[in-house]
Amino acid sequence: MSGRFVRLAEAGRATITLFVDGVPMRSLAGDTLMTAILTARASLRRSEFGGERRAGFCLMGACQDCWIWTEDGNRLRACSTPAVDGARLCTQQPATAWPTLS
Amino acid sequence: MADPVVAVVGAGPAGVRAAAALVAAGVRPVVIDEAMRAGGQIYRRQPEGFLRSYTDLYGSEAERARAVHDCFDALRDRLDYRPQTLAWTISDRRIFTSGPAGQHVLPFDALILCTGATDRIMPVRGWHWAGCYSLGGAQIALKAQACAIGRRTVFMGAGPLLYLVAAQYAKAGAHVAAVLDTSPVSASLAALPRLLAQPATLRVGMGLLRDLRRAGVPVHRGVTPMEIHGEPDHGVSGVSVRTSHGAILAIDCDAVAMGHHLRPETQLAELAGCAFAFDRMIGQWLPVRDADGRSSQPGVYLAGDGARILGAVAAEAAGELAALTTLDDRGHRVCETARQDAKRTIARARRFAEGLARAFPWPREQISRLDNATILCRCEAITVGDLRRSIAETETDEANRAKAFSRVGMGRCQGRYCGLAAAELISAAVGTPVEAVGRLRAAAPVKPIVIASGGRCER
Ligand SMILES: Cc1cc2nc3c(=O)[nH]c(=O)nc-3n(C[C@H](O)[C@H](O)[C@H](O)COP(=O)(O)OP(=O)(O)OC[C@H]3O[C@@H](n4cnc5c(N)ncnc54)[C@H](O)[C@@H]3O)c2cc1C
Ligand code: FES
Repeated sequence: MSGRFVRLAEAGRATITLFVDGVPMRSLAGDTLMTAILTARASLRRSEFGGERRAGFCLMGACQDCWIWTEDGNRLRACSTPAVDGARLCTQQPATAWPTLS
Repeated sequence: MADPVVAVVGAGPAGVRAAAALVAAGVRPVVIDEAMRAGGQIYRRQPEGFLRSYTDLYGSEAERARAVHDCFDALRDRLDYRPQTLAWTISDRRIFTSGPAGQHVLPFDALILCTGATDRIMPVRGWHWAGCYSLGGAQIALKAQACAIGRRTVFMGAGPLLYLVAAQYAKAGAHVAAVLDTSPVSASLAALPRLLAQPATLRVGMGLLRDLRRAGVPVHRGVTPMEIHGEPDHGVSGVSVRTSHGAILAIDCDAVAMGHHLRPETQLAELAGCAFAFDRMIGQWLPVRDADGRSSQPGVYLAGDGARILGAVAAEAAGELAALTTLDDRGHRVCETARQDAKRTIARARRFAEGLARAFPWPREQISRLDNATILCRCEAITVGDLRRSIAETETDEANRAKAFSRVGMGRCQGRYCGLAAAELISAAVGTPVEAVGRLRAAAPVKPIVIASGGRCER
């Protein structure tokens, strides 16, 4: 399987490019990071507890299953963060992360 | 002296109407909302630049959606609106927020909590596979991003969102593999007299079922979920359930949208010191609220689905009512007719909600049938067996002790998605009613935040 999400409408938006784990990925202006990644891939990250792939659950910022990071270590919820052209993201926490409180 | 601070948390239908009533009385409220744009869940707006019409997005509720959006847009200059801002705790009559402008501490004189709801989840074996989403999540993918969560989606659970989101998917051209409803037909029939309290809503609901049938979507009632099949790298591959006739039904799919109606987001009310009571009918703890919208804490008011799940129309009425009561308590003159109208709307919605609770019951009995390998806490992969063992070994019969021993409810979602099922599991394991198990205590921050700076106090 390639992407998980299927676009049903609104396909005429401008394209933008993100870099996910260093790999360029084309998506559309107005996408969340989750939509951008999951229209191209089947998952966002690996669960650090069970080891299986994860792709989010609630899409409303409540479950925290969709965490990804910017290359400089800021944690983001992919479901509630808009994709911006040129953004560089990691699906694993980079070693230089800021301290976070959870 | 500075003007008194009246704060509203949440800009869904309840928060928007509360803000409007405050502004109409000459108050300039602070409106704190985590979302990017106002509207809340049901009237969630698509991003700028999307072109679908109100009818495409909100169907039968298009006019109400437009009215709430227009109302808020017209208020913008008369509010201190703080979008993308999380209220992460309340302490000593101060709200602690985190947003684009950093950390803030806002002392308040009056506070109206309109925090809305999240999906209520009954775990199923395999619900941790990638491709499994909450019903609300499946709807957000469509409404806010014009996407389906998969190529073949199964909708499983019970409640109004089950049929609503499945019908919205079918209408938008997504493939709906099946609707699997855990509630039996007999329950809907028994609920009819109460559902007639809101005949228009009932008609919309029947229309959804008709749309699904016309689209050729198989609908099964009274099913018992058995497993969401899948594997670690590729996620969901199918679902199996036992039908009401006892047959095993297996359906191939790459996505599942699941849920059993909603649960209110009550953490801020709890942190603000509001008293709670157990509601037998819906089997949940709710903040205590008087008929006018006051909580047990002076100056703290409650409205919308965050206080009790009554739907969007009642949320608008409750938001307005809570604001009018706030004004009244602060010595403004308020329109008594408006208050009475709001109360009547809420009363009708309450009767309807009782109908929904009967028509689509929370399948409590399923908890005892879950096998030990089923994941209970999706955040930290804690299984049903882990919690059962922890209960037996530590002789726990209380939710917070069980949490401390097993870590269930301590993960990133802070028990939003496992807490109700965990309470049922403890109740079933020790043979006490679920209300005796207590409820998971809310902890600050109500959601994980990135601490960037110390926090600046506004006065
Ligand atoms: C995902 C989802 C989809 C739904 N779809 C429908 C539907 O299609 N039709 C229907 O009839 N009903 C739907 N419902 C039920 C619906 O939520 C209500 O009927 C209605 O939206 C309730 O309005 P409200 O103002 O009480 O809360 P909401 O509309 O949920 O608004 C609450 C707002 O508060 C904000 N908030 C919450 N906590 C905080 C905090 N700590 N800090 C800052 N902001 C906060 C949220 O971001 C949100 O914007 C849905 C519910 C959910 C959860
Ligand atoms: S998917 Fe739940 S927080 Fe993003």
